This record gives sequence, structure tokens and C-alpha cells, in this order.
Amino acid sequence: MAEAHRSEWAYVLAATMSVTHDIDVAEECVQEAYARALTDWTANGIPHKTGAWLTTVARRLAIDQRRRRATHERLLPMLAPDDEGSSEGARGVDIVDDRLRLIFTCCHPALDLETQISLTLRFVCGLTTSEVARAFLIKESAMAARLTRAKKKIALSHIPYHVPAAKELPDRIDAVLDVVHLVFTTGHTAPSGADLVRDDLTTRALQLARMLRELLPQDPGVAGLLALILLTDSRRTTRTSSDGGLVLLSDQDRSQWDREAIDEGIGLVRESLRHRPPSRFALMAAIAAVHAEAPSFSETDWKEIVSMYELLLLTWPSPVVALNRAVAVGFAEGPLAGLAMLDELSGDPFLAHYTYYECARADFLFRIGRTNEALASYEFALELSENEVERAFIERRCRSIKAEVEAL
Amino acid sequence: MSEYLILIYQDESDPFWRDEANGEGLMKEHMAFGEKHGAALRGGNALHPTASATSVRHGIGGKVAVTDGAFVETKEALGGYYLIEAANLDEALAIAKDVPAPNGGVEVRPIMPT
Repeated sequence: MAEAHRSEWAYVLAATMSVTHDIDVAEECVQEAYARALTDWTANGIPHKTGAWLTTVARRLAIDQRRRRATHERLLPMLAPDDEGSSEGARGVDIVDDRLRLIFTCCHPALDLETQISLTLRFVCGLTTSEVARAFLIKESAMAARLTRAKKKIALSHIPYHVPAAKELPDRIDAVLDVVHLVFTTGHTAPSGADLVRDDLTTRALQLARMLRELLPQDPGVAGLLALILLTDSRRTTRTSSDGGLVLLSDQDRSQWDREAIDEGIGLVRESLRHRPPSRFALMAAIAAVHAEAPSFSETDWKEIVSMYELLLLTWPSPVVALNRAVAVGFAEGPLAGLAMLDELSGDPFLAHYTYYECARADFLFRIGRTNEALASYEFALELSENEVERAFIERRCRSIKAEVEAL
Repeated sequence: MSEYLILIYQDESDPFWRDEANGEGLMKEHMAFGEKHGAALRGGNALHPTASATSVRHGIGGKVAVTDGAFVETKEALGGYYLIEAANLDEALAIAKDVPAPNGGVEVRPIMPT
């Protein structure tokens, strides 16, 4: 019910935006339409298509308001802001284009990344301000202020409400994909808090990716991102034990992975890899697909994974990709080779404070019998992690290593 | 239509500026920019380096201090500007990307309608 309301609200808003070109005004009109629905529906019964009813009312309110403003501006020509007088208010409702335009407005590179994510969750996904605030673990008032600032910048600098020109489109689609990917990764392993996975965020990201797929069916980056989300999320239920503890990939019950999501994801990976050069998300999805297809952890094709990380490093060099390659090498060629590669990365300022880097080192050190160093590495990782489930896992590892040492 | 100011920032200490040929080349680039975007241009000028700047600062109690140099000392200093008219920020940014600004970049600011 709440879910239906959320998505309907977002649709009505997007359709109203095509009249107002202003998020604030559109929000007001949509709110007024909902208020009118309350009295109208009580008196006349609930209409067959509630969304269409709300859209019609909200858009009519928006057109009225624009007419009033136009009259006002004729009377006060010196005070009139120079606004392009568009006439698409009279055109038919094109929901697909409306929503796509709104995404491009929310994910405009002139806004900072956190703001882009906030706007997208609020206006494209239809989350309330307090829900968006919870996603960022900040106070509602702080989120409200951020959204207000953003709307002000959009209005003052005239960030357009349109699908970018062909020349700009690839870059702008990439920016949108980055936002959706960030929503997903934030949900997949929450940076802090009591839960490892934030279902609310992963669900939103999947929804957004599906929507983009519907709106941009030809785009290989979109196909790649949807595949990546489906394949990674197919393991969601097996990543934590019944008591909320973290379960590593090697220990997950593969029979519980979501096969339907995996099949859909693999189909999309194939499609997105046909495009040359493959997009970043297509490569990441391909790696996830190798895991998804492996019957067990030990039967994973690690060499294939290493070569794909190498490809990824060429097109998208990042410390995290380098770390993942080193870990894959550790499984393909043994912990000594993996450790050597990790040590090559030791100077990286980002990895120096990255929990997974320390955990990977600790694991390889333990496997080659350098137990004391492994313990030290885990203890350092513990200082770095702010996610409670992650911390509990590391503490468990430390205890079991200590127990093993004492048993000898 | 809206107006935007494109502020050009560049590192004055860069050896690039010591070569006169570079300055002439840059001038040609600005001419080419002016021809390409003439329809959107409402004005623009190059500024002398910050060594020529004089700042006037209002202090406590209405005191006015005149000092030598730029108002804010930064590595990249304001070196010139264009005033343009564009339908929206995307159009303004497309023009801004064409502004020649070696060893630097530009800032785009919407102008308050009067």
C-alpha cells in the first residue's frame, strides 16, 4: 500500500514537472491534488484510475498557476524573470519521457553526488524526506535543508528538465548510473549501523535500474548495471546468518541463491558484453556472473575473474578494483601470490583505511601460517569498521585464530 | 533565456605565460570562441594579472582599508570573464566548455535578473 502510494506519487510528480519545470511548484500542485482527492473520493467514490485522476488534477493546477503567473508578469514586466514560455502543457502525457527527464535533472553533474542521490530517492523513487534522511543516517531537518538548497540551485541556475542532447547523453547516462550504483552499494553493505544490508536501499536501486532499462533499452551500461544489481542481490539472503552474522562467499548456501535473478542477470551480461568496449558495469556484472555460475567456491573460475579485473583496471583504474584483483590472484595462484600483490598496494592512501584491505591481508597471512601478523591485521580492521555486523565477524575470526594458537 | 557569467581562472605563476607565442595563440583561440558563440555573447574582457590589483576592504567601525593585491589570494586567479545568454545551464555549460582556459578552468554563475 505504502509502496503503491510512493510510486504513484513519483509518477504524478514527474508528469506535473513537465508543466511547471520547477520541482517546488510541482510538489505543491501534487500535494493539493492529493488533498482534493481526499474530499472528492469520499464524496464521489474512488476513481477507476487513481493515478490518472491525480495527474490530471495536479497538471490542471499547474497550468492554472502558470496562467496566473503569466498574467502577473504582464502586469509587472520589469520584475518578470526571463523564462522560456514553453507550451507542452497542452501536449499529451508522456510518462516515460517525464520520468527520464526528471532523473536527468536530479542527477545533474552541477549538483554534488550526495545531493543527486538525495533528489533521486526523494523525487524519482518517491521516498519521503524522513526516509531519505534515514538512508543517509542524518536528521530529517538536515535532509530537508539539503533538498531545499538543491531545489534552489536547480531553479536559480536553470538546470534544465530535459533529456540531454545526443553529444552529452553518454556522459550524463554514466552520471545517472553512478548514482543508482551508489544507492545499491550503500544498501548492499551499509557503511555503518546495525544491519549489514539495508534492504530499503537495495530495493530502490533495483527499481531504479529496472526503470532505466525500460526507458533506455538500448544502452549497454544500463543493461550492465541492472545485471550487476540482479546478480549481486541474488545472494542477499545468504549473506547473513539467521542471527544476523556475516557469511562469506565461501560459506554461503548456494542452493538458496535467487536463480531467477541470476538467469535474468546472466542474459543481460551477455547482451551488455556484446558492446565494445564493454562498460564498467558490464565487466563487474560479468565477474558476478562467474561467481553465480560456479557450483561451489572451490570450483570458481578464479583465472577468469583475475583477467576480468585486469580488463576493468585498464578502463576503470581504482584502488578497490586493484584490491579485488589481488584477492582473486590469491585464490587463483595461492595466498602467497595474493599477499605479495596486496603488499604492492600498501602505499595507497584509500586502502590504508579500508576494512576489506586489512581483512584480505589478515586472511592471506593466516593461510600461510603468519598467525600473529594475521591477528594484528584483523585488530586493525576492527578499528576501521563501523558496521556492527562486520565488526562482529572480525571479532569472531580473531577469537577462533586465538583458540587455534592456544590449542597448538 | 537567462544570463550567466563565465569566470576564467588560471594559474598566473605557470611558465606558460612567459612565452609570448602562447599569449598570441590564446588570443586567437578567444577570437575563434567569439566567432563560434557570438550569438550568445553579451560581453567579456581579459583582466591584467593580480599584481595590478588593488583591494578595498570595509572593516569594523566603517573603516576602509586600501591594500595592494587581490581580494583573496588563490593559486588560480580570476583572469577574465564572459557574459553570456543561454536557455538553461546545459547550454551555458556547453559554451563554458569551449572557453579557452589553459592551466585553469572556468566557473559558471547565473546572474540575478534585475
